[in-house]
Amino acid sequence: MRTPYDIAIIGAGVVGTAIAREVSRYQLNVVLLEAKPDVGMGTSKANTAIWHTGFDAKPGTLEARLLRRSYALLEDYVDQAGIPTERLGGLLVAWNEEQYHTLPSLLERAHTNGVTDVRIISAEEVYRLEPRLNSGAWGGLFVPGESLICPFTLPIAYATEALLNGVTLKLNFPVQHIHQENGLHVITGPEGETVRARYLVNAAGLYSDEIDHMLGHHDFTVTPRRGELIVYDKFARRLINHVILPVPTAITKGVLISPTVYGNVLLGPTAEDLDDKTNTATSEQGLQGLLEKGRAILPELLDEEVTATYAGLRAATEHKDYQLRLHAEQRYVCVGGIRSTGVSASLGIAEYVAELLAEAGLPLRPKAEFKTFKMPNIGEARPRPYQRDDMIAQNPDYGRIVCHCEKVTLGEILDAIHSPLPARTLDALRRRTRVTQGRCQGFNCQAHVVDILARETGQDPRFLLSLERDATPQPRTVTYTADADKEGRA
Amino acid sequence: MSTQETQVLIVGAGPAGLSSAIALKRQGVAHVTVVDREPEAGGMPRLCHHTGFGVWDFHRLYSGPTYARRYVQLALAHGVEIRTETTIIGWEDGHTLAYSSPEGLGAIHAQAILLATGVRERPRSARLVPGYRPRGVFTTGSLQRFVDERHLPVGRRAVIVGAEGVSLSAFLTLQKAKVKVAAFLTEHPQHQMVWPYTPAKWWYVDLLHRTPIHTQTRIYRILGRKRVEGVEITHLDSGQREVIACDTVVFTGDWIPEHEVARKGDLVMDAGTRGPQVDAAFRTSRPGVFAAGNVLRGAETAATSAQEGREAAAVMAAFLQGQPWPEQRVPVHVEAPLLWAYPNSLAADNLTAAKPLTFRTAQFVEHATVEVRQGQRLLHTQAFAHLVPNETYRLPGAWLRSVKPAGEPIVLRLA
Repeated sequence: MRTPYDIAIIGAGVVGTAIAREVSRYQLNVVLLEAKPDVGMGTSKANTAIWHTGFDAKPGTLEARLLRRSYALLEDYVDQAGIPTERLGGLLVAWNEEQYHTLPSLLERAHTNGVTDVRIISAEEVYRLEPRLNSGAWGGLFVPGESLICPFTLPIAYATEALLNGVTLKLNFPVQHIHQENGLHVITGPEGETVRARYLVNAAGLYSDEIDHMLGHHDFTVTPRRGELIVYDKFARRLINHVILPVPTAITKGVLISPTVYGNVLLGPTAEDLDDKTNTATSEQGLQGLLEKGRAILPELLDEEVTATYAGLRAATEHKDYQLRLHAEQRYVCVGGIRSTGVSASLGIAEYVAELLAEAGLPLRPKAEFKTFKMPNIGEARPRPYQRDDMIAQNPDYGRIVCHCEKVTLGEILDAIHSPLPARTLDALRRRTRVTQGRCQGFNCQAHVVDILARETGQDPRFLLSLERDATPQPRTVTYTADADKEGRA
Repeated sequence: MSTQETQVLIVGAGPAGLSSAIALKRQGVAHVTVVDREPEAGGMPRLCHHTGFGVWDFHRLYSGPTYARRYVQLALAHGVEIRTETTIIGWEDGHTLAYSSPEGLGAIHAQAILLATGVRERPRSARLVPGYRPRGVFTTGSLQRFVDERHLPVGRRAVIVGAEGVSLSAFLTLQKAKVKVAAFLTEHPQHQMVWPYTPAKWWYVDLLHRTPIHTQTRIYRILGRKRVEGVEITHLDSGQREVIACDTVVFTGDWIPEHEVARKGDLVMDAGTRGPQVDAAFRTSRPGVFAAGNVLRGAETAATSAQEGREAAAVMAAFLQGQPWPEQRVPVHVEAPLLWAYPNSLAADNLTAAKPLTFRTAQFVEHATVEVRQGQRLLHTQAFAHLVPNETYRLPGAWLRSVKPAGEPIVLRLA
């Protein structure tokens, strides 16, 4: 029988991958289990792409603390790993008297949370910062730290560094069952395949309550809260300079208008509690409601073309804080109910989970070397390959544009397909390179991209296009060996 | 980064760009450079592997790819410089465009620039069609690339959204790929498909007669998670919903000009066409910058675009000879349900031009009277038995002479 892993982490979203990366610093044998065919495919890929300061978190909560800690950690990490970010600042706008009078309490809350650079500004200053906003603003709260981040690159970066430092990633591995045997967690996946580990971390996002039940706990229930969003054309980018935030209510942070690191403008999200953890469909009411809200905040936005619409599900629970707790006797850490702040809090959560594992008796002995990885840039703030003479001179494929809307080159597509964490699906390729994510949504390049992906990975295009209905994805194990950038099959 | 010199720089090697380049060479312009972002010149006809091209320009009946090749060959024979895989990424100044290519970055300075960047169909997302995001959703353009360019599988049963000229193109492509067409959908009370004359016309018409066309219906949402499993449609008259099973949806028409280069250059844009604002001589708001072909408005035929390219060439040649740029122009606006007018501005020196004002409607209108006003002044009225969407109507006549180029905007509307 195989040597058991020291740690099994369930869920390769932004939280699970961050934890995997964190524990890969130590002399431990770690496996990361993911139900989907790639990392970062749940809440991590369909959110507002904002790097929150946590200024409006409930003071005293673990969420507030970890957001604050994570913000500082991310400041260093995003530069080191090449995560696209833009430090624009957020502008919370009060549109009526009642909202205006809540600004002082929000300011106080921000200060309690340690976000001390927040200040209340007058209506005049609101319009000086954002001249195209609709009329009628009473004033606002300026939050210099609220920033944009690429939620696609972040979990891929974490997972790539985890792989480079010896973590085993199992994709298409939905957990069916967990039981205990000789002091080990025995995790059963598809077709009876099992993974054995001494310690278990549950970072299963929307399914974290179900995994928690498998361990015998009934502390919380995840209610998927759907958020629908509209992505506007890059020509809308010139309309705003900051993240335009609404005054939050008890249920949601509300509908915001924000630039993205790719140069688009986001409008959303809606907030609607559902029963179905897979319902990421957009709805007529949702989209129409967003248009109304968008028109009220930034009228000119509606003159621009819509590039995309999508819906994501946040892992909301009946509690007002993260459901992050150690069950030391079970050698089990539950990381549930991360709601909508997973991207921003990921590094803080990962550090805290490592501390909890140590507390439960897992010795954390650092490795001699921790390998890092610089991600390809898919953000607009820094030059992209097609804008770089040096890269094109080195390899003309960086001047060979395949996706014209997003200016994605053949070189970048090939890099993504042959990276340590290779893109094997169209969706994985989209999140790594932005192909087909632009204003034509694949009118020009979709066929070409399918062709390249099929050829480079040896997959049947019928499979890539989901034309084979009964094709159940086979579990796939990805590891990294230093001598060859290749994936191995277990 | 090096800056190269040319006399006329044309962006887009489709029918408008290439025909313009050929005409410029014929008029004695020494240096004409055409850049295109695609690996192959020829433009959209390259994707239309069916017949119906060339009757007007070559007096022969060609398929799209043959027609495109003819233009490329002619251009090369005339000494036009064609640079493919060359993407315009911005403006260095008013007459210099920066590009990226496999050979590196560069810039081209020209005395005159023609934007002939074409048009695309609005994809599903831009039409705000709700539902999941499964595979199997196409536009006509992406469908043609799947079938004819890459020989990739499409599906088994398709619904075509739209029932106009380009919808027929999608229909033919699906026939070729052996995909059954379950239905056409149009929001309008009638379809707007007119078969061009082709040798197999009656065979096609018969085929079409056996395909249901659902009028006054709107696609409500797309069903299926990984792969399209159907579309739910709303009957606009009754409000009733119906599900049509299919594994493929093709969104056709609903054109939007590829206006990226124009907008990056801060040219004045027209709210109706969403292309750069031009006068009857293809002049944009910037001296020395012209635009022709489908970047000006929702798609006309390749022959129309090519003709515009030739007309623009004559104006550009005169501009190179020193013909002055008009100082004033008056914009032309439309009121709903009219969709756009083109040309969408008028300048003093082309009010008597033979080119009539054209327009399209967004909705069917019976017994329409279109009036043209400048401020309070009624310049022209014209009666139409009916106005059909996706068809272009003309407002010819001497009324253009009464336009005041320094006056208020011209407005086209239904009386």
